[in-house]
Amino acid sequence: MAEITPAGATTEGAITVGQPTDARVAAGPSFDVADFPVPHGREEEWRFTPLERLRGLHDGTAEATGGLRVEVTAPDGVTVETVDRDDPRLGRAGKPVDRIAAQAYSSFEKASVVTVPKDTVLTEPVRIAVHGEGGTAYGHQVIEVGAFAEAVVVLDHTGDTTLAANVEYVIGDGARLTVVSVQDWDDTAVHVAQHTALVGRDAGFKSVVVTLGGDVVRLHPRVVYGGPGGEADLFGLYFTDQGQHQEHRLFIDHDTPHCRSNVAYKGALQGQDAHAVWIGDVLIRAAAEGTDTYELNRNLVLTDGARVDSVPNLEIETGEIVGAGHASATGRFEDEQLFYLMSRGIRAEEARRLVVRGFFGELVQQIGLADLEERLMARIDEELEGSV
Amino acid sequence: MATLEIHDLHVTVEADNATKEILKGVDLTVKQGETHAIMGPNGSGKSTLAYSLAGHPKYTVTGGTVTLDGEDVLAMTVDERARAGVFLAMQYPVEIPGVSVSNFLRTSATAVRGEAPKLRTWVKEVKETMDRLQMDPSFAERNVNEGFSGGEKKRHEILQLELLKPKIAILDETDSGLDVDALRIVSEGVNRVRESGEVGTLLITHYTRILRYIKPDFVHVFAAGRIAESGGAELADKLEEEGYESYVKGGAAA
Repeated sequence: MAEITPAGATTEGAITVGQPTDARVAAGPSFDVADFPVPHGREEEWRFTPLERLRGLHDGTAEATGGLRVEVTAPDGVTVETVDRDDPRLGRAGKPVDRIAAQAYSSFEKASVVTVPKDTVLTEPVRIAVHGEGGTAYGHQVIEVGAFAEAVVVLDHTGDTTLAANVEYVIGDGARLTVVSVQDWDDTAVHVAQHTALVGRDAGFKSVVVTLGGDVVRLHPRVVYGGPGGEADLFGLYFTDQGQHQEHRLFIDHDTPHCRSNVAYKGALQGQDAHAVWIGDVLIRAAAEGTDTYELNRNLVLTDGARVDSVPNLEIETGEIVGAGHASATGRFEDEQLFYLMSRGIRAEEARRLVVRGFFGELVQQIGLADLEERLMARIDEELEGSV
Repeated sequence: MATLEIHDLHVTVEADNATKEILKGVDLTVKQGETHAIMGPNGSGKSTLAYSLAGHPKYTVTGGTVTLDGEDVLAMTVDERARAGVFLAMQYPVEIPGVSVSNFLRTSATAVRGEAPKLRTWVKEVKETMDRLQMDPSFAERNVNEGFSGGEKKRHEILQLELLKPKIAILDETDSGLDVDALRIVSEGVNRVRESGEVGTLLITHYTRILRYIKPDFVHVFAAGRIAESGGAELADKLEEEGYESYVKGGAAA
């Protein structure tokens, strides 16, 4: 039985409901950048993105200059390798779906492969620190978790860069992978990446995407299923500041029966020309009987001048499903709310913090790593202080 | 003894690109331990008085003074007024998504008291106060005013009144929209605070009904932006019988 929850009200920006991106794009997925025309900005998948701020990542003019430092800290039992382009373990999760992802796939020199062997249950997270030192780079990262293994991986982005990358998560049968991807870039960074998860039979994938920095960040988290019984939980949190463009385009491809997906992304915006874009595409193909999916996007606009575009899309090709729904809403932190809290003795900055911490609280708890949770809450507090 | 003194208060509001004067010279003194009922017809400026005292940004004070124990209330920000001891129970409290009642109460108590209340005594204090207001414990985990019924919102306002223990409590139409049971429960909460003898209460209402539960020391009739008549509790009886008609006409002439 299909249940479609209508999109919620909005005060800023737009909510539309249409077809998933993959049903609309001009070019099909490909590893080769030449298969994608240079976008002009009016295409469905590019219409929200400020192409002129991508520093040529989209049109082939961005020359790789390096300047990206990657450090992997992994507990015993985990293999960390740097491999050549022709390594057979690359490209298994899925093909690039847009020109920049294909550009990254066509341009990277060496890839990093992190492997958690089968049956290995990690008690400490794998930490991948990606630090930009001002250059232009193309990256490729594979994280593979063998059958019945369990791992937590933190992908931590800091510094300044112009970066296009693909990240693949290959999750074996019965395995569990949690990935926390933090975009804590300097406000000058440009970061465009496709994150593709291939979720094995009865496997579990949890993704927590946290985007705080960058001039332009455009992420494309995707989930495909390798067998029935797979589960994917995609959580996201973004804090979009003055002048920043932060875009999250999710796609969940239910092509396999009896799989589950759950999406919850929340964003706060403040300042002139802060622009957040959230696209949530879910496609339930005819074969995917017994699918259960829900997606949610909430935005909190803290000041005037910010803009949100929130577009949930759900396409269902079979009626034999457990559930399918989506919800999207954008609200404002209003003067009346501020007045109410202040009339109870709470200072203005504390009031704002209370509201934003409350808004993000349950999502931050999904990270499950105390040090990282504290750092992110402190960063959110910093962002808030910048606004007053 | 805490005393709120309002002298010749003039307040305007911007509406439809025009400035409209709502309060036209209000004089009123409220002392700790006293209860003043302010009654009047719709549009007479009762709520404007309440919100102006709390410092709502929509209202502009154009003349007069408000002092609390000699301190200039009008020079204080909204939060400073609350910490100085002014509390406004609102008629239409707003929803604050993402902020739980328990977190909100503790944050405001910390702000008003100047230090975080000790956790163990605090939990007990909140629970007992909620019990007396017949609020379910699960209430504490809900978001502030989100999905609250009219009665729940008013109980939540009185819960704050009891916990924050202000010097001056302004109750803006706390009785409106309540059934008899809820009115009784809310009134009992107000009376518990009054019985401490440490609060001066400004009870703003359109109806005399709540005065059966909360006995005022003084009754003031508000009309056309100022106090038109003051008296004892017997003035409420007169209003009950005669209504506001004579004041509305008088106000229009003035």
